[in-house]
Amino acid sequence: MNPLVTPEIGLLVWTTVSFAVLFFLLAKFAWKPIMAAIDTRERSIEDSLLKAEAAKEEMSRLTSENEALLKQARAERDVILHEAKKVKDQIISDAKEAAHTEGARMIEMARIEINSQKAIAMADVKNQVASLSLEIAEKVLKLQLADQQKQDELVSQLLKEVKL
Amino acid sequence: MYKSSILKSKIFTQLQIICVFLALTAFSVPAFSQENAAESAKHATDTITTGIAHAAGEAVAAEGAEHGEKPFEPSEVILEHIADSHYFHIGGATAFPLPIILYTNKGLEIFSSAHFEHGHADYTGKYYTYRLVNDKINVVGAGNQLTPSTTVFKSTGVTDLSITRNVISMWMSILILLVIFLAVSSAYKKNVGKAPKGLQSFMEPIILFVRDDIARPNIGYKYQKFMPLLLTVFFFIWINNLIGLVPFFPGGSNLTGNIAVTLVLSVITLLLVNLNGNKHYWAHIFVPASVPKWIWPLWWVIELVGIISRPFALMIRLFANITAGHIIVLSLISLIFVFKSLYIAPVSVAFVVFMDVLELLVAALQAFIFTLLTALFIGTAIEEAHH
Repeated sequence: MNPLVTPEIGLLVWTTVSFAVLFFLLAKFAWKPIMAAIDTRERSIEDSLLKAEAAKEEMSRLTSENEALLKQARAERDVILHEAKKVKDQIISDAKEAAHTEGARMIEMARIEINSQKAIAMADVKNQVASLSLEIAEKVLKLQLADQQKQDELVSQLLKEVKL
Repeated sequence: MYKSSILKSKIFTQLQIICVFLALTAFSVPAFSQENAAESAKHATDTITTGIAHAAGEAVAAEGAEHGEKPFEPSEVILEHIADSHYFHIGGATAFPLPIILYTNKGLEIFSSAHFEHGHADYTGKYYTYRLVNDKINVVGAGNQLTPSTTVFKSTGVTDLSITRNVISMWMSILILLVIFLAVSSAYKKNVGKAPKGLQSFMEPIILFVRDDIARPNIGYKYQKFMPLLLTVFFFIWINNLIGLVPFFPGGSNLTGNIAVTLVLSVITLLLVNLNGNKHYWAHIFVPASVPKWIWPLWWVIELVGIISRPFALMIRLFANITAGHIIVLSLISLIFVFKSLYIAPVSVAFVVFMDVLELLVAALQAFIFTLLTALFIGTAIEEAHH
């Protein structure tokens, strides 16, 4: 048999023993911690990536939510502004109307007052005029009827005027 | 689960068997001729050539030596290089002697390989006298009769359990792996949850590659249980392939191109696959519902061949690829000594550089393929019924 393809017993034995020892030592002190460390690290990387992805999603969700909120707020603001404008207009028109009515009322009242005052004044004037006239008439009469002759004349005139 | 692979189809299993036998014939041709060459050059075998430089030195020295003209035998040198050795060569003729451990039927014998003086001398131990022939321990019996030590095919009472060059090289690779990955592991403990740095950042993509491209697509969600073994096999094969590519001490061994090593690795795959096989897997083998009952015995035989052939193919693939690479590189270097000309050296070196670069790729590729196929076989064994 060719020596190349004849396994030597010594080498067989030593290889078996040495390989077993190598396998035991490497498996216990190298492969186990190495594979565990690699696995742990890979898992943590994967976790981190997943978390980052989740954070990104959360971010985009928040952004879109914010945008929606903003949009809603804007719409609300518009509504509020619109309403406020309406209320303002209402108030202004109300005030205008009130002012108008009040003004009219006051003018009316003033007119009434004026009229009443005017009436009072007129009455007063009338009285004054009447008394003045009476006084004048009295004075005139006094003056005219100072003597007896004139009195007789008047009586006779008056008697003449009276037609029976 | 990723299931479209051609490797899972029945046709491919048959193809694999054919491929394995083709591969066997492919490398057995030069291998057998090598044996003949070794026999014909028997007078040269008592001197152990110890490497290219040494061989070259001998080839040159032999010209003026008392033995007369000794032709340079590239196949001999190459075979010696890719085979295991009881010496660890540093360069030239210098080599570290390695401990010889013999488990004999009378007891244990431990001594240094220095006693053999590169095969020039016999050593008489406590129980027997030993001689190194072609870097293999032989027992010298009465009347100078040689009995080789126990092989997987034949027991002879003396088993060679020596710490050979490949064993030293393997221990070195194990030491490197432990240093690297314990450092990486402590780096993970130090900067928890942080980005990797330094050696850790160099190793992490490779570890992730094994996990994401080898284990997960082929095994499915239960991949975690098999990760330690797949990672160990992957890095063990890869680092040893790379050490084999280093041409000088302490590299240059041919560990992953040694059939004993690939045998152990493939047996691990075989056991792992079949011990983890689920009900569906075994039902498919023993009581295939869609197959008529009278075919079942034939079916069992085919499935048994399938079970064996898959790890067998793994064993041969790794062994043949790495050994082939070494043979090609050594052959190209040998060209210089075959032509006995320095002018061939640039051509040789250019080709060797090309081959080395290719082998760098092959080193990683073979580790990848071995691990991938192991994961694939596990995947088929633990796959859930899908109907």
